[in-house]
Amino acid sequence: MPSEEDIYEEHVLDHYEDPYHRGTLIDATHSHEGDNPLCGDVVHVDLKIGPRQSVEEAWFEGDGCVISQSSASMLMEKIEGMTREEIKQFSADEMLRLFGPKLTPNRQKCCLLPWRVLQTALHSPVGGDVSADEMGDDGSSRFSGPSLRDES
Amino acid sequence: MTKTRPISDQVREDFPILRRLISPGVPLIYLDNAASTQRPQVVIDAISNCYREYYSNVHRGIHTLSEASTQAFEHARHVVAEFLNAGSPREVIFCAGTTAAINTVARSWGDANVTRGDTILLTIAEHHANIVPWQQLAERVGCRIEFLVIDEAGMISDDRVAEALQRLRPKLFGFVATSNVLGTVFPVERWVRLAHPWGAKVLVDAAQAVPHGPIDVRQWDADFVVFSGHKVCGPTGIGVLYGKQEILQAMPPFLGGGAMIHRVTTEGFEPAELPEKFEAGTPPITEAIGLAAALTYVRGVGLGAIQDHERRLVERAMSGLSQIHGVRMLGPPASERAGIISFVVEGVHAHDVSQYLDTRGIAIRAGHHCAMPLHKHFGISASSRASFYFYNTLAEVDQFVSAVSDVRDRFARTGRKRSRSVDSRQSDN
Repeated sequence: MPSEEDIYEEHVLDHYEDPYHRGTLIDATHSHEGDNPLCGDVVHVDLKIGPRQSVEEAWFEGDGCVISQSSASMLMEKIEGMTREEIKQFSADEMLRLFGPKLTPNRQKCCLLPWRVLQTALHSPVGGDVSADEMGDDGSSRFSGPSLRDES
Repeated sequence: MTKTRPISDQVREDFPILRRLISPGVPLIYLDNAASTQRPQVVIDAISNCYREYYSNVHRGIHTLSEASTQAFEHARHVVAEFLNAGSPREVIFCAGTTAAINTVARSWGDANVTRGDTILLTIAEHHANIVPWQQLAERVGCRIEFLVIDEAGMISDDRVAEALQRLRPKLFGFVATSNVLGTVFPVERWVRLAHPWGAKVLVDAAQAVPHGPIDVRQWDADFVVFSGHKVCGPTGIGVLYGKQEILQAMPPFLGGGAMIHRVTTEGFEPAELPEKFEAGTPPITEAIGLAAALTYVRGVGLGAIQDHERRLVERAMSGLSQIHGVRMLGPPASERAGIISFVVEGVHAHDVSQYLDTRGIAIRAGHHCAMPLHKHFGISASSRASFYFYNTLAEVDQFVSAVSDVRDRFARTGRKRSRSVDSRQSDN
């Protein structure tokens, strides 16, 4: 069992209380919102992707536990300057490493919510239909993140 | 209420798991009993004795082990029937759990009796297990589902129930005897009496009621009563569908296969009698034997005593939590509820509450507790839930309350600042 002290490391609480780019982006080119209905965590991601296919700005809004909201902040901070291709390559494992403290499988779902929303946001241009080549591998642009399944 | 013998802390000795530590020096305080309870040694022994001494498949086997297993399995059915005060063991159908039991009613009774335009009446406090099977029935046959709304105190008045029954004339009224979120204990007997004159059949989800107090299905007069083994110190993978014999007899079988038939030809099949008609395939044999051991054990502790003990725990917990600033409890006063308390801590997500309590060895649940419509009704997405059983102590309740009172401090905003090294390029957005 990871102890609470481990999970709520100082830098995690720092991001929770003083998040990076929490807010909306008026000139976002891509955006997406996803939730984990089972615990109510919500994350919205706005991206401004420039002509060279790199993320010029990344902002998030959301509501939820310390893990989901601080991981969103860390992720926004991480991806600015990265290209779409680099972000697509940025794996779930890398997200968990970026977060830092070791998480149990249930809390990994909290941590990975922003990452999943981001991956879908890359394919979700603002104000436009999702074009075929921007669809996810499963042909769907809809967020279908992991869920907490074991409730009574 | 009759005077009961108080439950002593000695009872904890019966549960090996209660001796374990969660981390060095931190004992387990298990307050997640509404999700699942723990097993006493007698249940563990009943299961392992079966496997060690006499396990075999039941029915039809003409050999020593099969006779012994069959006898123990059918004895378990008698124990359940007696526990519920059912009219006959034939009214006791073993299922995989409460969920499987409700699905059996929806598929078998529902498909045969409910048609387009009919109404199924539920309450907003139902567990998903008593919502989704009816929504699936609605998809198949086109019936409507109506929900009785709960008031701020987590109650539904008899008048409101009577009005809905009269207005909607439902084919079935399904409701939870004890809410798994609010802890509200609903007046089963009164509601059944209100429903029957309008021709409604009544299904009672007793998953949170059977483990925590005396039960008498004939006094309730409900048509169907369902519960799970693992919430009453028994094994997982087993639950019970109680149904009135004449209703079960008129229902078509649901799952087809071995054991549920009297005869099979290439042209068709003839179903078996009750209860086998609804028990296709190899039944949960050791699980039934374990369940019987659990019910016998719980009866030995005393269901009246369990009820009284949990009332003391819930009163202590509610009075403690009510002193903590920023804690909101859902549901009725202690006098109207079982040993379940769901609460929200202002500014702290339920997951973080639960994670923090875990460091103090305290197991509670966080989330919507399989009651999303109810949480939506109360305008929240998730809550924390502490739920008690007879092996919990007042001292544990005090430690729980003290941990909750520390939660807000732990996550209080203290003017923290993130390290700025990475985003120094950021400007004025």
